[in-house]
Amino acid sequence: MQLSEKHHEYWRKNLRLTAVLLAIWFVVTFVVIYFAPQLNAISIMGFPFAFYMGAQGALIVYVAIIWYYARAMNKMDREYGVHEGDE
Amino acid sequence: MTALTQSQFFQQLKKYYTFYTGGFLTFVIVLAILEQMGLPPKWIGYIFLAATIMLYAGIGIMSKTADVAEYYVAGRRVPAIFNGMATGADWMSAASFIGMAGTLYLSGFDGLAFIMGWTGGYVLVALFLAPYLRKFGQFTIPDFLGARYNGNLPRIIGVAAAIIVSFTYVVAQIYGVGIITARLTGIEFQYGVFVGLAGILVCSFLGGMRAVTWTQVAQYIILIIAYMIPVVWLSVTQTGNPVPQIAYGQVLQQVSLKEKELNDPTTTLGAAEASARAAFKAQQESFEAKIAALDAAVADGSVDAFLAAERTEAGDPADFPASIDALKASWKKSADGAKAKTGPVAAHAVPFSGKGAEAKLLKDNPNATEAEIAAAKAEDKAESDKKRRNFIALVLCLMVGTASLPHILMRYYTTPSVREARKSVFWSLFFIFLLYFTAPALAVLVKFEVYSNLVGSSFASLPAWVANWAAVDPTLMKIADINKDGLVQLAEMTIGGDLIVLATPEIAGLPYVISGLVAAGGLAAALSTADGLLLTIANALSHDVYYKMIDPKASTVRRLAISKGLLLLVALFAAYTASLKPGDILFLVGAAFSLAASAFFPALVLGVFWKRANYLGAVVGMLSGLAVCMYYMYTTYPFFGGTPDHQWFSIAPIAAGVFGMPIGFLGVIIGSLISKAPSAEIQQLVDHVRYPNLESDLKTQAA
Repeated sequence: MQLSEKHHEYWRKNLRLTAVLLAIWFVVTFVVIYFAPQLNAISIMGFPFAFYMGAQGALIVYVAIIWYYARAMNKMDREYGVHEGDE
Repeated sequence: MTALTQSQFFQQLKKYYTFYTGGFLTFVIVLAILEQMGLPPKWIGYIFLAATIMLYAGIGIMSKTADVAEYYVAGRRVPAIFNGMATGADWMSAASFIGMAGTLYLSGFDGLAFIMGWTGGYVLVALFLAPYLRKFGQFTIPDFLGARYNGNLPRIIGVAAAIIVSFTYVVAQIYGVGIITARLTGIEFQYGVFVGLAGILVCSFLGGMRAVTWTQVAQYIILIIAYMIPVVWLSVTQTGNPVPQIAYGQVLQQVSLKEKELNDPTTTLGAAEASARAAFKAQQESFEAKIAALDAAVADGSVDAFLAAERTEAGDPADFPASIDALKASWKKSADGAKAKTGPVAAHAVPFSGKGAEAKLLKDNPNATEAEIAAAKAEDKAESDKKRRNFIALVLCLMVGTASLPHILMRYYTTPSVREARKSVFWSLFFIFLLYFTAPALAVLVKFEVYSNLVGSSFASLPAWVANWAAVDPTLMKIADINKDGLVQLAEMTIGGDLIVLATPEIAGLPYVISGLVAAGGLAAALSTADGLLLTIANALSHDVYYKMIDPKASTVRRLAISKGLLLLVALFAAYTASLKPGDILFLVGAAFSLAASAFFPALVLGVFWKRANYLGAVVGMLSGLAVCMYYMYTTYPFFGGTPDHQWFSIAPIAAGVFGMPIGFLGVIIGSLISKAPSAEIQQLVDHVRYPNLESDLKTQAA
């Protein structure tokens, strides 16, 4: 079938959300690792910052990213009428 | 149960598992009471082993099924939160449960690559794969490759890759099961493997994915309780704070201070460490001198006399190396072992530490010239940069590998809807996170215990747990007074990584029943992962090869019979391989991630996000990714006869996927662009998986 403009918009929005969340994932992982020696000078709750991120902070961000994505997409499915029936 | 609505089903599950958790805790408490009344530890081990395996078997028998959808995808009605727990257990293997905290203890910051890599991968699962695979809704990962790329070749490459990846991984799991069973009951490792195998088979054999799912939920509950109790207790005794994840920030500071003290020869402890290191240095030099003397003896032809003299000097032991090479290798090993003890204490929280060349230079030669200092600094920086590069490469491989492991991706076929699949990834990572953010805390708490209570104590009055473990297993705990001062120095003990989790209950002063609980938790972790992996292999063979390619008209009964038969064969073969104790299990596990990342990730992701990707692209991409990854391991890993000299950018072979994956992407793109675009039907299929619900939905979902 031909997808409507609305469908295309849904997909574009999905891609944008995916890109933004992936960027956050990239920063808390790879940017933090790259600058770990410098970032460790900062202290957070008694932890050196880079150590904290690797051991806890990044993990919390990952969980939050996935939680937000599920919520946002499940809401968007309804807005664009592509949600599944109730089961 | 089929008449229940999804929400009634959910309520019922909640009730069952709450009841089950309560029952399990009661069981542990009863055992604790029995222990106080004098039940010997050996019996506690037997009871834990028998009770948990019988429990899993019970769930397996209750879930037996002859329905194809039940067998392959648990009827597609596993609620998000339960699928999350099952995925958590499926995911966390013996290596996570027992090995992780040990790795962190031994390598400090640099070990965090595993923590980040094995959690961050779920972001990729959530964003790129789980919802789309669920919408596609068939049974296996090769199913998706076969349908999306319209051909049997992509499917068969997928099958081959899934088997290579899962098999290396399952051998490691069964090995872990054997070790834990042996530890828990005292029976031989080889028999332990087969006892564990029975435990694995009772779950998966009768009920396939359905039985595995509900057992894995039960196993998750056991493993998380077993992990948390000792850590929380240790945290309470050390810091007074029952939340170890918060409390260890302070402890880490104390550990860092202690490290400075141990490395400073002007303090009492530091001076003692320095003397222990000097003793090791002397040992190293004496072995090196012996090797040189041996070489000289070989050169001038007096080697026989030399060997005889050495044999007499060693007291003529029965295990004296028979050949010149063996003797040399054994001395070399001793020299290297001693050499490893001559360096300063590595700082736990400091990332990518250099070689210490600058510090060494200044110590040896206080009047070093500017040029010498600059050269030493450059040497340190090169080492540090190399470590950082490897850390980044490893994290990337573990993450992408996570998002490509068939036994994990398969779990997202089992949820009732795309919506639930998305939520389910959240629950998966949440449950995994609970263990993973505790492991670094445990490592630091144990390190503090060792630094503050063990270092500097007297050999005459070692803590009970040290003496026990040194007696039970010298690979886990070895301690000897090298510099003969009667006091323990850090350099004088060698701790095996697995000790950290296994000994925590004793360090925290908990009764033996908790040690049994921890072993049962490790067993649950290894069994649950092994179940998921075996099922993946058997399904790839029975569903993708037999049903889809050899006999598409096969009856349901025949398909399930073939699947179960294969499961049994694969399990026996894996157990046999594990009982041979293949070396370097850890490398094999890491290799599985790199291989999966190179073979699957590009074709899966581009299959959803790039409509132009086609048959040729998938074939070229998967094969080239896999080939590059295998080639790199082959040329750089010593086991295959490779040498580190062949490394590109000094990247270790475990992170070979960092080269395989980009080549895989490139392969899919180039292969697709040089051949014609996929048919309209395939493009419709892509739209179909992109939208959770379309009016013109295709019927891809297998019943």
